[in-house]
Amino acid sequence: MDKMPKWADIILIPLISVVLALVVSGLVVALIGESPWRAMQVMVQGAFGSAYGWGYTLYYATNFIFTGLAVAVAFHARLFNIGGEGQAAIGGLGVAIILLGVAWPHWTIALLAAILFSAAFGAAWAAVPAYLQAKRGSHIVITTIMFNYIASALLVYLLVNVFRVEGSMAPESARFAEATNLPTASDFAGFLGFGTSAPLNFAFFIALLACVGVWLLIWKTRLGYEIRAFGQSQTAAVYAGINPTKIIMITMLISGGLAGMMAINVVMGEAERLVLDFVEGAGFVGIAVALMGRSHPVGVVLAALLFGALYQGGAELQFEMPAISREMVVVIQALVILFTGALDNMVRMPMESLFLSLRRRREAGQSQTPAE
Amino acid sequence: MTTPAPAIELKGISKAFGPVQANKDISMSVARGTIHGIVGENGAGKSTLMSILYGFYKADRGEIFINGKPTPIPDSQAAIRAGIGMVHQHFKLVENFTVVENVILGAEDGALLTPSIAKARKLLTELSEEYGLKVDPDAIIEDLSVGHQQRVEILKQLYRHADILILDEPTGVLTPSEADQLFRILERLKEEGKTIILITHKLREIMEITDTVSVMRRGEMTNTVRTADTSPAELAEMMVGRKVLLRVEKAPAQPGDVVLKVDNLRVVRGGVERLKGVSFEIRAGEILGIAGVAGNGQTELLEVLGGMIPAQGGSVTLHNEAIDLTGKHSDGQTRRARGIGHVPEDRQDEGLIMAFEAWENVAFGYHKDPKFNSGMLMNHAAIKADCADKMARYDVRPPNPRLPARNFSGGNQQKIVVAREMDRAPDLLLVGQPTRGVDIGAIEFIHSQIIALRDQGKAILLVSVELDEIMGLSDRIAVMFDGKLMGERLPSETNENELGLLMAGVTDTRTEGAA
Amino acid sequence: MDFLTVLQILDSTVRLATPLLLACLAGLWSERAGIFDIGLEGKMLAAAFFSAAIAFTAGSVWIGLLAGIAASMVLAGLHGAASITFRGNQLISGVAINFLAAGLTVVIAQTWFQQGGRTPQLPSDARFANVELPGAATRIRDIAQQGPLGQIYSELISGHSIIVYAALLIVPLTWWALYRTRFGLRLRAVGENPAAVDTAGISVVGLRYAAVMIAGVLCGLAGAYLATALNAGFVKDMSAGRGFIALAALIFAKWRPWYALSACLLFGFFDAVGNRFQNIQLGELVVPVQFMQALPYILVVIVLAGLVGKAIPPRAGGEPYVKER
Repeated sequence: MDKMPKWADIILIPLISVVLALVVSGLVVALIGESPWRAMQVMVQGAFGSAYGWGYTLYYATNFIFTGLAVAVAFHARLFNIGGEGQAAIGGLGVAIILLGVAWPHWTIALLAAILFSAAFGAAWAAVPAYLQAKRGSHIVITTIMFNYIASALLVYLLVNVFRVEGSMAPESARFAEATNLPTASDFAGFLGFGTSAPLNFAFFIALLACVGVWLLIWKTRLGYEIRAFGQSQTAAVYAGINPTKIIMITMLISGGLAGMMAINVVMGEAERLVLDFVEGAGFVGIAVALMGRSHPVGVVLAALLFGALYQGGAELQFEMPAISREMVVVIQALVILFTGALDNMVRMPMESLFLSLRRRREAGQSQTPAE
Repeated sequence: MTTPAPAIELKGISKAFGPVQANKDISMSVARGTIHGIVGENGAGKSTLMSILYGFYKADRGEIFINGKPTPIPDSQAAIRAGIGMVHQHFKLVENFTVVENVILGAEDGALLTPSIAKARKLLTELSEEYGLKVDPDAIIEDLSVGHQQRVEILKQLYRHADILILDEPTGVLTPSEADQLFRILERLKEEGKTIILITHKLREIMEITDTVSVMRRGEMTNTVRTADTSPAELAEMMVGRKVLLRVEKAPAQPGDVVLKVDNLRVVRGGVERLKGVSFEIRAGEILGIAGVAGNGQTELLEVLGGMIPAQGGSVTLHNEAIDLTGKHSDGQTRRARGIGHVPEDRQDEGLIMAFEAWENVAFGYHKDPKFNSGMLMNHAAIKADCADKMARYDVRPPNPRLPARNFSGGNQQKIVVAREMDRAPDLLLVGQPTRGVDIGAIEFIHSQIIALRDQGKAILLVSVELDEIMGLSDRIAVMFDGKLMGERLPSETNENELGLLMAGVTDTRTEGAA
Repeated sequence: MDFLTVLQILDSTVRLATPLLLACLAGLWSERAGIFDIGLEGKMLAAAFFSAAIAFTAGSVWIGLLAGIAASMVLAGLHGAASITFRGNQLISGVAINFLAAGLTVVIAQTWFQQGGRTPQLPSDARFANVELPGAATRIRDIAQQGPLGQIYSELISGHSIIVYAALLIVPLTWWALYRTRFGLRLRAVGENPAAVDTAGISVVGLRYAAVMIAGVLCGLAGAYLATALNAGFVKDMSAGRGFIALAALIFAKWRPWYALSACLLFGFFDAVGNRFQNIQLGELVVPVQFMQALPYILVVIVLAGLVGKAIPPRAGGEPYVKER
C-alpha cells in the first residue's frame, strides 16, 4: 500500500515546503531588522494590488511558465536541464534574426515566425548536450551548465560585433519594425485597467497554450507515455521497444524549444530588440517552478504566478523598504528550490509516518468493531 | 556433563518495516561447529532476520545470545566484534580496488595504509592455504570471476576472525562445480570449528550440506528439524503451509511446423562476445528449455530475440521469414507486432514500470496498438477496461487497475506481465525466469498458463536457472555455457547430474548427441 | 613578447588558478566520497563575503579567513543534510546553495554596509599581503635587471599570498591522504560502493559528512582568497562562475589531485591571457576575448564528448545511499 494518499503527495507536501521556504525567508527579513509582515504586505500589494502590478506579475510569470515547462518536460524523462538560461538566450538570437531579417507585414505572421525561430534556436542549443547524453553518456547537468556560459559569451560577442547599431555603444540590436510589435495588455485588456507601461503582452497566451500542449503531450499522447516510461526506467523502456536516444533527443529538443520561446515574451513582446542578459535568471527560476509545480502544467502555472509575484513584489519592496535588497527574491527562490527539491524528504518522512499511524489507528478501530 | 552454549541463540526477534511485519517473534538456536540451513519462500523474512543478526537492521524486540552471552548488536561493527561475518547475495566489494584493499577495508591496522597492506598480504596467503581459498591478493576485483569474488568475501570475513559465517543464497551465481567447491570449503570451515548459517531456497543444497534446518514462512519460523530426519517434500510443505506438487502435470507435446529458427547467432556486448554462434529451432506446440548458470548468455539470447539489443552475426527466422537483427529497423515493438511475446527475466527493472499504475503497465510495449489509441491520443478508458478484464482472468489481486505496480506482491506483478504477454497468444513466447521471487501459489498458476499456451500450438523458449523448472516444463532441454549451446537432451533421457556437468562446460557426458 | 611579459602572464596564471584549484580540490574530496557538488560556486561566494566583511569589521584578515571558512562550512553542512541525511537530489541541493549564496550575500551586505551589496574597500591589514621570499626583488625595475633565473624566482615564485602556497601544498596532501591513509581508502570506497563500507561496519554517513565538510573548508579558503587576496573586498557575484570552471577542471582532471593542479593552471592561464589581451591576433585570425572566456567550458564539453580520453566519475556519485531491504 502507498504510505500516503495521493492528494497529500501532490498538494500537501509542496504546500508545506513553500510555507517553510517563506517562513525562513521571513526570518531572514527579521534578522536584517525589518518587519516580515510589512515586507509581505508590500510585496502582495505590489504584485496584485493594481493593474500595474498585475501587468508586471503576469509578464514575469509568462517567462517562468516557459522556463518552468522546459525543466518540467525534461524532468519527466529524468533529465535535469539546467541549460534553460542559455537556451532562452539563444532563442532570443533566433527571434532577433528573423524579425530583423524579414520585413513582416503584420505581427500575427511575425509571431508565428518568431515562435518557430525561438523554439528552433533554443532546441538547437539543447541538442548538443542531449546528443552527448544519449550517445556518450556525458552528464547533461554539466554539459548544459557549460552551454549556458558558452551561450553568454557567444551572445556578448554577437551583440558587440554583429548586432550593435553603428555609432551606438550599447551592446544591443536595432529596434524591430513597428509592424512586428505584439499587442500589449493595454491593447487587448485595457478595459481591465492595464496601462501602456505594463509589459504584459500577447506572449502570455502563447505560454498558456504551451501549458495545454505540454499537458496533452505528457499525459495523453504515446510520446508522452514513452517519455514518462523512459524517465522511470531506461531498461524497461528498451524492453518495451522505446528508443532511449530518440526519447532523450526529442525531450531535450522540446525542453530547449520551450525555454527558447521565453524570448517571444521578452525580446519580441517587451524589449522589441535583442539586449544583453535579457534572460535575467529566468532559466534558473524555471527549476524552482518545475520542482514546486511537481512538473505538472497546472502546478507550473501556479508556481510561475508565485514567482512572478515575487519578482514584481521584490521590485516594489526595493522602493518601499530600501534596507531590503532586491536579491531577497533570489533568497526566496533558493529556499523554494531547497525545500521542495533537495529537502523533500525532510517534509515527506514525518508526513508519511503521520499518515501511517493515522491509518494504523483507523484499521485498529475497524478490526475491533466486528469482534465486539 | 554440561552441553556447551549454542554459538547463536535468538529469542523473540520481531521487526516491522512500515506496515509490513517482516519478522514475528523468532527464536532459533544453532550449535557451534555445525551448518544450519534456513529455507523459506521469497519475502518469508530470511534476509531480514540475518540482517538483524549482522547489525544491519535493529530488531524492534528480542534478544541475541552469542556463545551463551547476551550480545546486543546495534550495528555491523558490533556484529564483527562478536565474531559474525556475512557473505551477501550481492557481493559488497569495491570493484576497482584490489583484493587486499577490499579485505582490509574497515579492519585496517592503524591510520597508514602501507603497513596494513603488507601485513594483510601475508595473512591472506596463510588463510588461503589453510582453507584452500586461492586468490591473488593484488588482483582487481572486477577482473575476477564470480566464484573468486565470493572467495574474497569469505576471506574478508576470516580476516576479521569471524567464527560465525552467514551466507545468503551463495550458489545463485555459481556453476554446479563452483558450488561443489564452495561446499568443500564450508565443510573445511566447519571442521575448524566455525559455525555456518546457509540461507537458500534450494532444498537440494539443504539436504546435501546442512546439519539442521529451520523453515520460515510469512515472517515466522515455523519449524526447526535435523536435516537427516526430513525430506525435500516435507520441507516444501512446511515452507508453503500445504501439500505442494513438486512436479508439473502435462500431456506429451504435439510439435508442429518450425516457428523459430536461430542460426549461428552472435552477440557482442561491452566488448565481450556473449553469444558465440547459437543455433536451434522451436516448433509449434513445444517448449524448449534453456538451462545454465546465470551470465552464460541466456540474458543476451532473450534480449536479442526480444529486440532489445542488436546481434553482430547470424540469422533468425520466424515462420521462415527473416527478422532484422541490426536494431536499425526493429525493436521490442516490431517484435511484438510479429507475434513474439516476451516475459523478461527481471520484472521490476524491465517488465514493469513500478511507478505506473497497473492499467498503464498493461499497455506497456503495446501502447501503439490501435485498440489502445484513438487518433493522436491514447484511449485511457479502453486500456483500463482491458486491464480490468485481464486482472479478472489472470487472478491478479487486488483487481484494481489504478494501483501502482510496486504495490502488488511479486507474484501478482508477474501475473500482470504474464497476462500482458500471453493473452495475445503470441506465436512465439520468450520467457525468462518466470517464477523468480514468486510465491508457490503463483508459480503453479504461471506454469499451468505456459503449458496451456503450448497446448494451443504456440512455440515457447523458456530460460531459467532453476533446473527443477526446466526439467518440469520443457519438452526439450538445451544447456547454455559460455555463450554456446552444449547440446540438447530430452527431459526423459537426462538427469540433473548430466545437466549439471553440461552447465559447467563438460561435453563428453554421452557419445551421441540428441538433436 | 619578451621573457618578462611571459613571466608576468604565468604569474597571474598562478594567482588566477589558485581559487580554481582550491575549489577543484573541494569538489574532488566531495565527489570522491560520492557526493556531487555543483554548489562550489555558492560556497566560495559566501566565504568571499564573510571573509571580507569580518576582516573589515575586525581589522584582521585571519579572523576574516576563519569567518569565510565557517560560512562555507555552514553551506556544506546544508548540502550534507540535504544529500546525506535526507537523501535528496544532490544536484538540486547544489543549485539551491548557489542561489542562496548569491542572494544572501547581497542582502546581508546591503543591510550591513549600505554600499549597494558590496563591502567597503579593505585596508591592507584586512588583506593577505604578498609573501616576499628571501632574496627576491619586488619592484618591477629591479626584476627587469635580474637574469632569467632571478626573474623566475622574483616574478613567478615569490610574491604570492600565503594562500597560494597553501593551495599548492594541499595538492600533495590530498594525494597522500586519499591514497596512503586509512581515511582515504574508506573515503574512496564510499564513493565507489557505499554498501561495501556499510557492511564493513564503517559509517557511510560519517565519511560522507567528513568529505563534504573538507570541501567546505577548501571552498572557504578559495572564497577568502578571492575577496581578501586577489581583490580588496567583496562585490556582488564576484565568484563569477569560478565554481563551475573548477567543476570543469575536476572532470578534466578525472578526479585526481595532480591532474587537478594541471587543469586549474591551464584554465588559469586562459583567464590570464584573456585579461591581458582583449583580442588575440593569430596571423589573419582574430580570436575574440569572449572565445578565451568560453574556452574552459568548450574544452570540458569536448572532454565529456569522449574525444579526449574518457572521464569516469566515482561509481556511486550522485546516488544517496539507502540500505537494501
